[in-house]
Amino acid sequence: MAMLEIKNLQVYYGVIQAIKDVSFEVNEGEVIALIGANGAGKTTILQTITGLITAKNGAVMYEGTDLQKIPAHKIVSLGIAHVPEGRRVFSQLTVYDNLLMGAYTRKDQTEIAASLENIYKRFPRLQERKGQLAGTLSGGEQQMLAMGRALMSHPKIILMDEPSMGLSPILVEEIFNIIKSISKSGTTVLLVEQNAKKALAIADRAYVLETGKIVLDGDAKKLMNDESVKKAYLGE
Amino acid sequence: MSFISYLIKGISLGSVYSIIALGYTMVYGIAKMLNFAHGDVIMIGGYVIFTMMSTMGINPLIAVLASIIFCTILGMTIERIAYKPLRKASSLAVLITAIGVSYLLQNIALLIFGADTKSFTSVVTLPALKLAGGRLTISSETLITIPACIMIMIALTIFIKKSKTGRGMLAVSEDKDAAVLMGVNVNKTIAITFAIGSALAAVASALMFSAYPSLTSTSGSMPGIKAFVAAVFGGIGSIPGAMIGGILLGVIEILGRAYISSQLADAIVFIILIIVLIVKPTGILGKKLKEKV
Repeated sequence: MAMLEIKNLQVYYGVIQAIKDVSFEVNEGEVIALIGANGAGKTTILQTITGLITAKNGAVMYEGTDLQKIPAHKIVSLGIAHVPEGRRVFSQLTVYDNLLMGAYTRKDQTEIAASLENIYKRFPRLQERKGQLAGTLSGGEQQMLAMGRALMSHPKIILMDEPSMGLSPILVEEIFNIIKSISKSGTTVLLVEQNAKKALAIADRAYVLETGKIVLDGDAKKLMNDESVKKAYLGE
Repeated sequence: MSFISYLIKGISLGSVYSIIALGYTMVYGIAKMLNFAHGDVIMIGGYVIFTMMSTMGINPLIAVLASIIFCTILGMTIERIAYKPLRKASSLAVLITAIGVSYLLQNIALLIFGADTKSFTSVVTLPALKLAGGRLTISSETLITIPACIMIMIALTIFIKKSKTGRGMLAVSEDKDAAVLMGVNVNKTIAITFAIGSALAAVASALMFSAYPSLTSTSGSMPGIKAFVAAVFGGIGSIPGAMIGGILLGVIEILGRAYISSQLADAIVFIILIIVLIVKPTGILGKKLKEKV
């Protein structure tokens, strides 16, 4: 059984249908890329999974439970972390407090301390700046903080929305390396990206989204060589 | 000497405004709404203490504690019944509802206690402090109000900065959706905020009616509006802003009453609001939202 299964999802913003009957699945341990142009509905899908948006029809099955029936604030404790588009770190809180917010639903203080230790190891920059207000960090550091904050919930699956947006090429490289290492350490990854080339390079499978519908899907390496994908998303 | 005496009186009145303004500013910061019924919770708190002390002869300290509990429950009930169903409604609908709740509370008080002014018995039973050979007298209410305000500020700041619930409140006030993704229960956080704000209103009512003892069903509106001005003055949504705004407003009001005109004192307060809104719409400590890519 797939870890996360999206079934016939339909989402509306008022009368406008943003997601038109989307179905896909994510298996444990995979890196799945969801690619597509601006406005294709990638962010909407992630927000529906974590309960920020309610779907009109369809189901989001996670380990056998329908997430649509669970209040949004309880979803993170099921093991689903969401790194939102635009990082959305708490700018008035320190880096340290932001990371603690990531562990908001966890109780065991020793485990939280161990996670914090791990995250500082993964992102040494965050340790250096732990007392600084998150709003004063650079874009790349904020992205690392948003990822670190999500990892603090000790997720089984992590949803990432445009992690490379607005970053310099060197930082983009670094962020994708981090995603690879998160996947290697056993966390399933669902990645939404406009940078299709980078996303396909690290993904196992991918889905191509166009105006609220999945138009293509399959092995990421194969999609990279697909003529229509090359033309529309890889700029070749 | 009279200037110092006015100044102390101003700081004391300002402390009361600060405590009330905290309720406004915290609710605004977290629920993004102006709770115009906040001032009327003060009035209700006053009647609770009055009834217990004057009618039932209960000890002032117990009366104040009972009033705090009563107002906390009242505030949470108002939030649950009147505001929670409007979580997704336009801010105008919420504002009108808040004004409606305000009139409702005033008229309930009018119905129960009548239209005549009640004379509030001070909850402070200490003697006044005489300094400089009797030339400077500080009333016992003032002596209690200022330290009470400082203690509330310190306790609240520690609670918000150090406790998990406090951090959750800061997170909700900055980014509700991101807070939800962290697992923060927004409804619960808003309820807690109303509880804290209303408990503080009860404390403010005990201090204010002890110093200014006339109590009617509309006694809460003016201090409520002035505390709102104080919150805007300091920067709405900011807790230190509410403290600074409240104290400045109290001092300006008392000095204005003493040196300019006692009739114009209230007008001066509102002129200041207008000037602040023109010069610095975000208030003294108001933050400009800056986005980083």
